[in-house]
Amino acid sequence: MNGAVQDDHCDVLIVGAGPAGMAAAVAAAPSGASVVVIDDNPAPGGQIWRDGPGVALPPAARRWRDALGRHANIRMRSGTRVVAAPAPGELLLEDAGEATRMRWNRLILCTGARELLLPFPGWTLPGVTGAGGLQALVKAGLPVEGERIVIAGSGPLLLAAAATARAAGAKVLRIAEQASFASVAAFGASLARWPGKAAQAFALADAQYRTSARVVSAQGTTQVESVRLLQRGREVGIACDRVACGFGLTPNTQLGQLLGCALRCAPGGQALSVDALQATSVPGIYAAGECTGFGGSERALAQGTIAGHAAVGNERAARAHEGERARWDAFAAQLHRSFALAPDIRSMARPDTLVCRCEDVPLSALSACSGWTDAKLHRRCGMGACQGRVCGDAAQFLFGWTPPVPRPPLSPVRIATLAGLAGDGDARQ
Amino acid sequence: MSGHTLLHVDGHLVRVKAGSSVAAALRVAGGMGVARTSVTGQPRAPLCGMGVCQECRVLVDGRRRLACQTACAEGMRVETAE
Repeated sequence: MNGAVQDDHCDVLIVGAGPAGMAAAVAAAPSGASVVVIDDNPAPGGQIWRDGPGVALPPAARRWRDALGRHANIRMRSGTRVVAAPAPGELLLEDAGEATRMRWNRLILCTGARELLLPFPGWTLPGVTGAGGLQALVKAGLPVEGERIVIAGSGPLLLAAAATARAAGAKVLRIAEQASFASVAAFGASLARWPGKAAQAFALADAQYRTSARVVSAQGTTQVESVRLLQRGREVGIACDRVACGFGLTPNTQLGQLLGCALRCAPGGQALSVDALQATSVPGIYAAGECTGFGGSERALAQGTIAGHAAVGNERAARAHEGERARWDAFAAQLHRSFALAPDIRSMARPDTLVCRCEDVPLSALSACSGWTDAKLHRRCGMGACQGRVCGDAAQFLFGWTPPVPRPPLSPVRIATLAGLAGDGDARQ
Repeated sequence: MSGHTLLHVDGHLVRVKAGSSVAAALRVAGGMGVARTSVTGQPRAPLCGMGVCQECRVLVDGRRRLACQTACAEGMRVETAE
């Protein structure tokens, strides 16, 4: 609770404790290197293996968590976020109590992905969440017993969210998938090609599942009371308590960008560019998992393992996992083909629909803007607490604007943390 | 991870399952878990559930935290509306 900045160092610093980060740590540890894993959630596991009172962790998640705990040279720091990169080879970290200036020799970015949340009329009402967002909230104990929930958007995450909500006692009234029946059926048929994925195909037969269906609007005075959906061209209304809507995942590239790592264009948005050993364009910095392009936990585990070995100089061990990675890359490609967003999704927002939820900027205020900078300077779009992470993705999808370049601090930060830095005579930000 | 945790949300005593997030406690406290009021006066509740959107920011024991990424602790004081 003091204002001073602690100094610390490690051989390998891993940012993100989802499947990629856990696999990277476990691969790097046998070398004897000192490994630090930081994550901004209360416990390791990432989004897919988020622990909490509302979830029974799958065996694979337990195995990886146990593996992390077995190595004395792996330090896990949960509830910790990256604030800035004050100098080369250093990151400024902040947790609930203190700030740390962490020096590293090798850095592995496993920053994951966020949900693509797109504006539609009523999406600011309490009771509207992301689809993966609902799953995360329920796992962390959000009580949804007896709630009537409509899930909408795109991708296999909709089914996962439905399963989590039902297990917690919610009534899932509808799952509205924007992709066509033909696309989804092709995806279902392809699942047999990947081990462990065939079971997902059966979920596609859910009685409440509709294809070529999207949300039109959510209604309510102080919270969600109903939702309107467009199902194969026909509009229907459903009374409900909650709407969970997400359109797939977007790689979290902010920290990589801040450090100068090159990007590439990926189906879900821009992603960190990596070579065969998961190395980014910046020497000493690797990236693995969803931040290199959305592709699921198996791909993240393979990439993380390769990055962990490569970061401690064990190229041979890294190369041994290339086949596994290639197999899950193919799965990712199938996923992107099957759930590509229809052009119709761009027309969900109306002129008075808020696009920037931090500064309450409506679509009509942005339509005349020439680009992101114009919108930011003249309409305050993206100037709020989320720093354009939500509206920047939306604006990229709606208008094709280049997303904002991240600047430190990467997340809202305590003054004491920044003051501690400045007190060290370091004026760089 | 059995048992419950008691904490205060805007001065009201709230009981949640041990290990729950503050976002869950907001929902238990009432409504759909409103965390803050927007710049134009609209009520807002957790959206992304994973620390991105900042809609669930609240004061926890006097410090600004994200409700979705903060675990409830016994006796914690949570204040909504900024």
